[in-house]
Amino acid sequence: MPHVGLTHFLVISSILFSLGLYAVIVRKNAILVLMGIELMLNSANINFVAFAHFGNLGLDGQMMALFVIVLAAAEAAIALAIVLNIYKTFLHINVDEVDKLKE
Amino acid sequence: MELYDIIFYFFAAMILVSGFVVVGSKNIVYSAYSLLFVLVGIAAFYILLGADFLGVVQLMVYVGGILILLLFGIMLTNKVKGVEIKSDSNFVIPSLITIAVFTAFLLFVITETNWLEITPEFVQTTVKSLGIELIQNYSLVFEILAVVLLIALIGAATLARNDNKEN
Repeated sequence: MPHVGLTHFLVISSILFSLGLYAVIVRKNAILVLMGIELMLNSANINFVAFAHFGNLGLDGQMMALFVIVLAAAEAAIALAIVLNIYKTFLHINVDEVDKLKE
Repeated sequence: MELYDIIFYFFAAMILVSGFVVVGSKNIVYSAYSLLFVLVGIAAFYILLGADFLGVVQLMVYVGGILILLLFGIMLTNKVKGVEIKSDSNFVIPSLITIAVFTAFLLFVITETNWLEITPEFVQTTVKSLGIELIQNYSLVFEILAVVLLIALIGAATLARNDNKEN
């Protein structure tokens, strides 16, 4: 096996991105869709940090990853509030059946 | 095979296996718990990549915050009496094909590219330099993020509040 380098991290992160994309496209449950988005954000973060580390590019990559984590936290809070409202209205959170804007 | 490689392969296997469980499991609670292992593995990756502060932040924000939030969401949006914590999928075959092609393309590009081979240097700790960077070069982004977090907090509280006055 070759020594672990940039390619290894990129391969893991791209597989993780595809898994997240699958969850976002295929799963019906809104919370699973949210989990897929978290997976995709995390794979992007791995890319930022890996490129910064293996290119000796300083701290900018880590900075971007930090900002992504903060925005992901904000996004998760807002999205869960919306999901709770959807549950209050429809009594389920299947995103493909939520097709009414107003009753 | 050095210790670094062994640790990398261990956490890579953990991330991939739990990642497949996250997207493939019928039970949402299983998905949430597998997401825990994915996030811990990614924190380990950050530390392997010399980003120690980021690893700790990943553990604190994702595992301690977002994951708990997701579990709360699961508990609040399922009928406790029904024991029906299952979730279906749709468009499985076409999306599987599309995503397989997409992944193969990504992996092809990644493995075929000649990346710059610079031997990375490990710094002692990044906490101090990250803090200095945050209030010098990124001070505007820092302030804007503070406002964004405040808005998100107020917005989430407003959206999730029970409005009894209208009923």
